[in-house]
Amino acid sequence: MSGATIRAGHDPYRIGHRHPELAAPDSTGHGEGGPAPQRIVVAYGFWIFLLSDIVMFSAFFATYAVLHGNTAGGPTAQQLFDLRNTGLETIFLLASSFACGIASLAVEQRNQMFTQVALLITGLLGLGFLLLELREFHNFILRGAGPGRSAFLTAFFTLVGCHGLHITCGLLWLGTMMAQFLAKGFRPYVERRFMCFSLFWHALDIIWVAIFTLVYLIGKIT
Amino acid sequence: MTGETPVPNGYDTAPGDRYEDTPGLAGGLRTYLLGLAFATALTAASFWIATANFIYAPAIPMALVVLAIAQMGIHIVFFLHITTSPDNTNNVMALAFGVLIVCLVIFGSLWIMAHMNHNMMPATALMRMQQ
Amino acid sequence: MLGKLTWDAIPFDQPIPLAAGAFVVFSMLGMVIFLAVRGYVPYLWREWITSVDHKHIGIMYCTLAMVMLLRGFIDALMMRSQQALAYRAPGYLPPEHYDQIFSAHGTIMIFFVAMPFVIGLMNFVVPLQLGVRDVAFPTLNSVGFWLTAAGALLINMSLVVGEFSRAGWLGFPPLSELKYSPGVGVDYYLWALQISGVGTLMTGINFVTTILKMRAPGMSYTRMPMFCWTALASNLLIVAAFPVLTATFAMLLLDRYCGFHFFTNEAGGNAMMYMNLIWIWGHPEVYILVLPAFGVYSEVVATFSSKPLFGYRSMVIATMAICLLAFMVWLHHFFTMGAGADVNAIFGIASMIIAVPTGVKVFNWLFTMYGGRVRFSVAMHWAIGFIITFLIGGMTGVLLAVPPADFVLHNSLFLVAHFHNVIIGGVLFGAFAGYTYWFPKAFGFTLDERLGKIAFWLWIVGFYLAFMPLYVLGLLGMTRRMQHFDRPEWYPWVLAAGVGALVILCGIFVMIAQLVVSIRTRDQRREPTGDPWDGRTLEWATPSPPPEFNFAVLPNVKGEEPYWGMKQRAREATRLTPEPEYEPLHMPRNSPTGFVTAFFAVVTGFALIWHIWWLVALGLLGAYATFVVFAWRDESEFVIPAEEVARIDRANRAAREAYLTQSQSQTQGQTI
Repeated sequence: MSGATIRAGHDPYRIGHRHPELAAPDSTGHGEGGPAPQRIVVAYGFWIFLLSDIVMFSAFFATYAVLHGNTAGGPTAQQLFDLRNTGLETIFLLASSFACGIASLAVEQRNQMFTQVALLITGLLGLGFLLLELREFHNFILRGAGPGRSAFLTAFFTLVGCHGLHITCGLLWLGTMMAQFLAKGFRPYVERRFMCFSLFWHALDIIWVAIFTLVYLIGKIT
Repeated sequence: MTGETPVPNGYDTAPGDRYEDTPGLAGGLRTYLLGLAFATALTAASFWIATANFIYAPAIPMALVVLAIAQMGIHIVFFLHITTSPDNTNNVMALAFGVLIVCLVIFGSLWIMAHMNHNMMPATALMRMQQ
Repeated sequence: MLGKLTWDAIPFDQPIPLAAGAFVVFSMLGMVIFLAVRGYVPYLWREWITSVDHKHIGIMYCTLAMVMLLRGFIDALMMRSQQALAYRAPGYLPPEHYDQIFSAHGTIMIFFVAMPFVIGLMNFVVPLQLGVRDVAFPTLNSVGFWLTAAGALLINMSLVVGEFSRAGWLGFPPLSELKYSPGVGVDYYLWALQISGVGTLMTGINFVTTILKMRAPGMSYTRMPMFCWTALASNLLIVAAFPVLTATFAMLLLDRYCGFHFFTNEAGGNAMMYMNLIWIWGHPEVYILVLPAFGVYSEVVATFSSKPLFGYRSMVIATMAICLLAFMVWLHHFFTMGAGADVNAIFGIASMIIAVPTGVKVFNWLFTMYGGRVRFSVAMHWAIGFIITFLIGGMTGVLLAVPPADFVLHNSLFLVAHFHNVIIGGVLFGAFAGYTYWFPKAFGFTLDERLGKIAFWLWIVGFYLAFMPLYVLGLLGMTRRMQHFDRPEWYPWVLAAGVGALVILCGIFVMIAQLVVSIRTRDQRREPTGDPWDGRTLEWATPSPPPEFNFAVLPNVKGEEPYWGMKQRAREATRLTPEPEYEPLHMPRNSPTGFVTAFFAVVTGFALIWHIWWLVALGLLGAYATFVVFAWRDESEFVIPAEEVARIDRANRAAREAYLTQSQSQTQGQTI
């Protein structure tokens, strides 16, 4: 990630805890170093937001898990899901996550060209994922398996759609971010926002891992 | 945020900040490539296990869950750069709290709803069972 | 063009809602015109509406809470009077209106009174106690407040345009589904709470980050004041619980707007899942409210007993234990739904276990008072009133945690009495204690003590009169939410509860009088040192009201109760520490982002409620545009020159110096 100039030093695990040159005179080793630098504060705040977002997803996952058998005579997961499509989506999203990581290296190098290209690839791969998902949804609705058909499909569309909505918001954010890099350059606050964006993008990939495993793969085999 | 810190804060890393022995482009690239390789391998394994029928069928869901958890771990370590070092304690604690809540919500709901479905089964379903 | 919105939405045929709505509209219009005519608008815009100062935002939160308390209390009076009149009679409120009133009462009291009050206190106090200059994300803080206010506005709009939900304060399906509640009432409820819920989540993120990452140098975790610990626990719960609420409401909204089948009776939907999810949020919510109140009591009891808090570490452990246990007991809200004996037993036992850390806290407060020099000020009155009242409420809570007992008492007035007992006795008394305790810090003068004590006694007598009869009524078998009844043995108790509500009304009047009298006599109540109660924590080290930068120089914390330590050192040395070197300070610039976002949130919410889709698109676009404009801002801070910092700090130092010499000569006089 950008600005990764923090040196590991000789004692990465800080077994000694007390760095005499850093600590306050009567330090106890429990965070008495004064207010943290803004970069840490911003990233940590966003980290907390991400955790809350994952808790929100957990409510949708729980609902899906409870309702997935209630097909009300409609199509079941086994009949609907096409694992080739899911596999393709997974590849797109994983590649997008990787491209986002490369973009963060580019930001670290302060290379505008490299950053923009990497971000563009991140965005295009994300867009590809989104289109595949929409195609799947469209396909289901055409086959009479829309979200209003049964509680199972309701929960499926909401859970997967919520992830898709996050990707959409992420793409909007990504576009804004690219414009900011172009217009403002590598200012500290732009970099902080990019850092939050990349946390967001990687976290969405983690949620997708849960979705393709619990919804698609397990749904297909049982 | 206001003002600058009078005493440097020496104990924290921002979540997502890479913090390792070889900073710079090469080190970063290596981390991301390793992550990509592990994640691809685990994804491929998941899809393979789900489609090929070479494992004992009832064990497949558990195997898939294990692979998924492993892959999440890979993402957290190689893409989010969360480590176990003390400067990451706050980040890891927050993550642990989040995981705890997620587990409570999912397993609690499943447990409660399974019992309710069992006890409060609609009369028709109950009759079908008794036949 | 206007979706479902027609002239029929305005209740011209119903006199009571029309009059209430007209009153609200005209008083708001009158307020706006008054402010405009007197030329206060630029001042309000500059100092309050666009302010990102945590102190101003905190005060605005508390003001919102107190205004909404009046609204919610009027609802309560209407319910009490309806029941008093409805013995073998229809009363004056038809059922469809009565149902809206109890739904609005619960919704408003929890989301727009209790929440803003505790969040307001946290906003005002936490950065001061931590010894820092602001919260982690000042603009986000302002956005959070304005979104809460937007939710409150939407709820009040439902008085005038359309109707409110009739499905209770948690909107249980299937009643809240489109099939059984086709009107806009449930939509008002859902969108108002979605919007304010986002605001609350922002606050939670902000405060967790502030408390964990922004503390004065030397303030380690175990040196944080108790209120900060409880605020941390409360905000952790917000971060973990509110997303579940958002998800649950989103599902109900999808059912209502898009024909989904989460909680419907058809197509495999499961309404019990809603109970499960809403209480995953709902139980932690109780602790989100009461933990900061516990923090207030801890501060108040320690200060007015002139002793450090007894058992600080056990208090911290108890707080964090409650924080975790709060997430493990939600099923006790629906024991009767039929999960079976094993599930009920486990959740029942878990619920009883929460009484243990709570008991630890009660004993700690008692031992803090024991052997202390207790000053019975108004804030201390609220704290002692709380301990007794909350004890009763906690006991009945343990009773309800026993599943077989709950099967008898579920949804009876016994339950209603129990949760009012803990929420009024715990949260509201705490909010009042905090209000009295920190008012001088916020405005520079104290509140009238005599009127404050009268208000306290009216409140506590009124409370017992209003709610103890409900325990009896519950045991006599009266269920909650009854529009009329015909059992003669209930009637006297219902009347007694009505009288209790009137006594509380008197208490509210005296509180208003206290505020008015205190403002009018503020020049005699000025408090130059900024430390009126002989406080122990860092907020009292600042002048009252604190300057926008809070601390001219960040304090260096050397132990627990840092301000007490500083004071003791100053008293021993009979002088203050030498004047520090002042430096120019960077402070966050004001921003209208919060206000503008809230404006678009209200527009979007209103359009969604009435299905005006073009306006929805416009509102969302506006919100995105606001976000981009904010993101494009280059200058986020301004500088306060060192001379200005020095001027403000020297004035306060002079006042403290004078107080020190004066008290010194007094003690010498006493010894002689």
